[in-house]
Amino acid sequence: MAESPTVQLSDRFGATQRRDFWWLQPLAVAIGLGLFAIYATLRAFQGHFYEWGPYLSPFYSPLIDPEHHWWPLSPAVLVLGGPLGFRTTCYYYRKAYYRAFFLDPAACAVGEARHNYGGETKFPLILQNVHRYFFYLSFVFLISLWYDAVRGFIWSGHFGAGVGSFILLINVALLTTYTLSCHSCRHMVGGNVDCYSCAKFGGARLSLWRRVTSLNEHHMLIAWTSLFFVAFTDLYVMLTAMGTIRDLRLF
Amino acid sequence: MNEKYETHEHDVLIIGAGGAGLRAAVEALNQGASVGVVCKSLLGKAHTVMAEGGIAAAMANVDAGDNWRTHFCDTMRGGKFLNNWRMAQLHAQEAPDRVRELEQWGALFDRTESGDIMQRAFGGHSFKRLCHVGDRTGLEMIRTLQDRGVSMGIDVYMECTVTRLLKDGDRIAGAFGYWREQGRFVLFKAKSIVIATGGIGKAWKITSNSWEYTGDGMALAYEAGAELMDMEFVQFHPTGMVWPPGVQGILVTEAVRGEGGILRNRLGERFMEKYDPKKMELSTRDVVARSIYTEVREGRGTEHGGAYLDISHKPADYVKRKLPGMYHQFKELADVDITSGPMEVGPTCHYVMGGIRVDAESTQASIPGLFAAGEAAAGLHGANRLGGNSLSDLLVFGRRAGAAAAKHAKETATPTLDAAQVEEAAREILAPFERRDGEGPYEIHRELENTLQSLVGIYRNEEDLNRALTEIERLNERASRVRVEGSRLFNPGWHLARDLKSMLTVAECVTRCALARKESRGAHSRLDFPEYDAAWGKKNNIIVRDGAGMTLRQIPVREMPEELQQLLADQK
Amino acid sequence: MAEAVLAVFRGTREGGTPVDYRVPIAPGMVVLDALHYIQGHLAPDLAVRWNCKAGRCGSCSAEVNGRPRLTCKTRLDSLPTDKTITVAPMKTFPLIKDLVTDVSWNYQVNKKIPAFSPRPGTDWKMSQADVDRAQEFRKCIECFLCQDVCHVLRDHQKQEHYAGPRFFVRVAGLEMHPLDNLSRIKSIKDQMGIGFCNITKCCTEVCPESIHITDNAIIPLKERVVDQFYDPLVWIARKFRRSGGT
Repeated sequence: MAESPTVQLSDRFGATQRRDFWWLQPLAVAIGLGLFAIYATLRAFQGHFYEWGPYLSPFYSPLIDPEHHWWPLSPAVLVLGGPLGFRTTCYYYRKAYYRAFFLDPAACAVGEARHNYGGETKFPLILQNVHRYFFYLSFVFLISLWYDAVRGFIWSGHFGAGVGSFILLINVALLTTYTLSCHSCRHMVGGNVDCYSCAKFGGARLSLWRRVTSLNEHHMLIAWTSLFFVAFTDLYVMLTAMGTIRDLRLF
Repeated sequence: MNEKYETHEHDVLIIGAGGAGLRAAVEALNQGASVGVVCKSLLGKAHTVMAEGGIAAAMANVDAGDNWRTHFCDTMRGGKFLNNWRMAQLHAQEAPDRVRELEQWGALFDRTESGDIMQRAFGGHSFKRLCHVGDRTGLEMIRTLQDRGVSMGIDVYMECTVTRLLKDGDRIAGAFGYWREQGRFVLFKAKSIVIATGGIGKAWKITSNSWEYTGDGMALAYEAGAELMDMEFVQFHPTGMVWPPGVQGILVTEAVRGEGGILRNRLGERFMEKYDPKKMELSTRDVVARSIYTEVREGRGTEHGGAYLDISHKPADYVKRKLPGMYHQFKELADVDITSGPMEVGPTCHYVMGGIRVDAESTQASIPGLFAAGEAAAGLHGANRLGGNSLSDLLVFGRRAGAAAAKHAKETATPTLDAAQVEEAAREILAPFERRDGEGPYEIHRELENTLQSLVGIYRNEEDLNRALTEIERLNERASRVRVEGSRLFNPGWHLARDLKSMLTVAECVTRCALARKESRGAHSRLDFPEYDAAWGKKNNIIVRDGAGMTLRQIPVREMPEELQQLLADQK
Repeated sequence: MAEAVLAVFRGTREGGTPVDYRVPIAPGMVVLDALHYIQGHLAPDLAVRWNCKAGRCGSCSAEVNGRPRLTCKTRLDSLPTDKTITVAPMKTFPLIKDLVTDVSWNYQVNKKIPAFSPRPGTDWKMSQADVDRAQEFRKCIECFLCQDVCHVLRDHQKQEHYAGPRFFVRVAGLEMHPLDNLSRIKSIKDQMGIGFCNITKCCTEVCPESIHITDNAIIPLKERVVDQFYDPLVWIARKFRRSGGT
């Protein structure tokens, strides 16, 4: 019964008895989100190589004032706020960046640096409660993106498809799934009902809620997949526009 | 006189915060009494949470033909007619209302298609009768009662052990105990005391019971001079886990069989065909437990000495929905996926039908002001309890105990506490700290468990029981010299030293009653007297303290009124 | 026989230190079995809370190798037994002795939650679909591991302003009860302080009953708080409906 030299858990940052690589996950998230942020910022402000043939980069959709009649900067900057706000206030991403960037907490049962914690009760984080407005707004973007995806199959007035057409289509499908799997959406379609058998259209709302719930269970996965793919779609459009790669025409 | 100790005064003091204790508390509060509840654990951890299958109540939500009369007959037959018929009648009549009450306090039972409370089949019940929530009915019940009690403002003394009942002349005056956390003493002054401390299973080695189940309430009542009854009837649940060793005894709910689970031996035979071809797996617990035991003894047991219980013929989704607790229990503790393969199960000590002898209507024991309900009380279940009847027992007689205790308190003057009794209690509980030599309590407990397991188990005979008595006497002697190390601050060794005393008392009661009953009936099986005995079928064993020793006598089973006898004859 | 070494925290509020104990390993052994072995053979006064030993009562919570766990469900063969296994009390609650902490704060919080209050005149018919959601919350065994791991309580000590995941689970069960007639939304925001939760999901990760605490209880409650306090559209719609109704 030898006494170990260690003492009880202290309160400094990173203090933990965990033996696993608890820092791995926040690190991976920080890198993933960080790379996306850098890439998206560069591309959004670039203002070039966002169109090729019938393809439009999702970062630039809907495309407003590309000829710079009244807006001097990149047209992407005008529309950036919508998707950015939706993702920033998303319940999943909140978890991800609170852990990875705010280190609040970095991982479960790992000590935090002392600070005046207010959670989401005070400005600015109390604004996270507007998530549902970004959800509403996201439909404007989805309509625009679906329009772009359909247009991606129209080559000078004729139906046709290149690899990029399908990339655009998959992208908008993923973004739609991401939007529909949102927690606010889940709440609105039926989560706010207590008694389905008493409420108006209770049966329909229940089945809708169940469907959204089954998507919502994979919200994290869909969030990452759609994030990666939207960047990939933009990259594809950029590279074809720059002539680095050639879009393969399928039919 | 008692400024020396922290003192609390209540009209009604309830010892035990399981289903019976909490239901009693709610009722006594309803009657306007001031109520205190003392429990050894934290609130909400009592053994009721382990009840899995359901609450038996003839609500006829699933089987329209069910009614209290059938439930009454099933209970009497299950108990081999040793039951207090009046308790069985009240229980069958009142259980449906008690279940509805739970729902009105927020419980959420599983539902039928038509929106009523769902009921499932269980051993010994003629109809689908057990109101349930998956396999966690006990948790739902205790949480509902706990929330109800808390919202009504009960005072709960958590992690507090009562070590002695105090009397004022013949009647109850209060209780003495200690806080488990700090080890400080505490005095309760009360006009009525309800014992709702549950059972005694921790005295056996293979048991589904937790450390709390040490027979405290029965031992306290016995020490105070109350009568205990039917102590030989200890129920061995047929299906406890047998492997790995650490989980041996953990309950496998009867709901597995209720939902269609099949028992097989090593050779793949569905052996219940031999023992009870009519009811098969849903025979009463005493029969199924003996059947499994016999299969194992005759060499047809499984690898780890049990039987196979298989529910994997049902769709995996169904099993996971109706038996989620079992699914996870086996997956996590035994690496067995019950949706694809069988469980290994064997008998485990589960419940005691005997306990404090009480009046059927008021649950009052043979001491004025002392009441008992739930497993701590005797009478309802006779020689064998049907699954599901315990939860309804807790509700029906918990409520009756609460009401009667409150009424008694209203009609009684405040008792005075006797300083001499208090000092004696304090001296006794501190004694283990003062001894310089002597052994710790753990080894004595282990030996008691082994003794009862091997000598006072499913099958008994005179020689074993006599050996058990000698052994218990020896352990009693060792326990009187037990020594405790450390301080009074949350010291489990010290706690066990006290609990050991209760266990030894009830162990002796069980053994003496088992020795006296020279027949086999219900949960009591004598190899040397394998048949029913008509004369014993009309007698209950009563144990009472006589000086330092136990006196055993028999009383006639209460005669049933004509119409109930007729009922039983009609429903044959 | 194979042995495991457990470094079990021994001590009181005045101080303490982990002490190493050697325990023979049996098949299927869980950490609580090892603690019982220590009690029975090496340290009779080792303080541990436990009851059912089957994962149903939620008494034996502790931190095993730094992770909040039920010791009765943590198998030794799921841990690297070539290294010392640390067993420490829950950090969030005041220590009493060894592995036992003072969890009474939870019971005080619970008392403040308005109880179930049924709709008047109900016939008590409920469909399974209506009770499914609330039944998940009622699986809670009150092990308080979610309270222990929640950084709002553990690191920021907001006990006075914040009820913790356990009680959002309870209140969600009441709010989503098909026959409950009371709204607790205001107190969820003001007294229970749901805004302090930053949905980092540690509570969900440690829940031994696999309750989706964050996704199914806390976030839906946050959305309901938004309905009532932060969403002018819903607010206007409600005004209209009310004036239309009367």
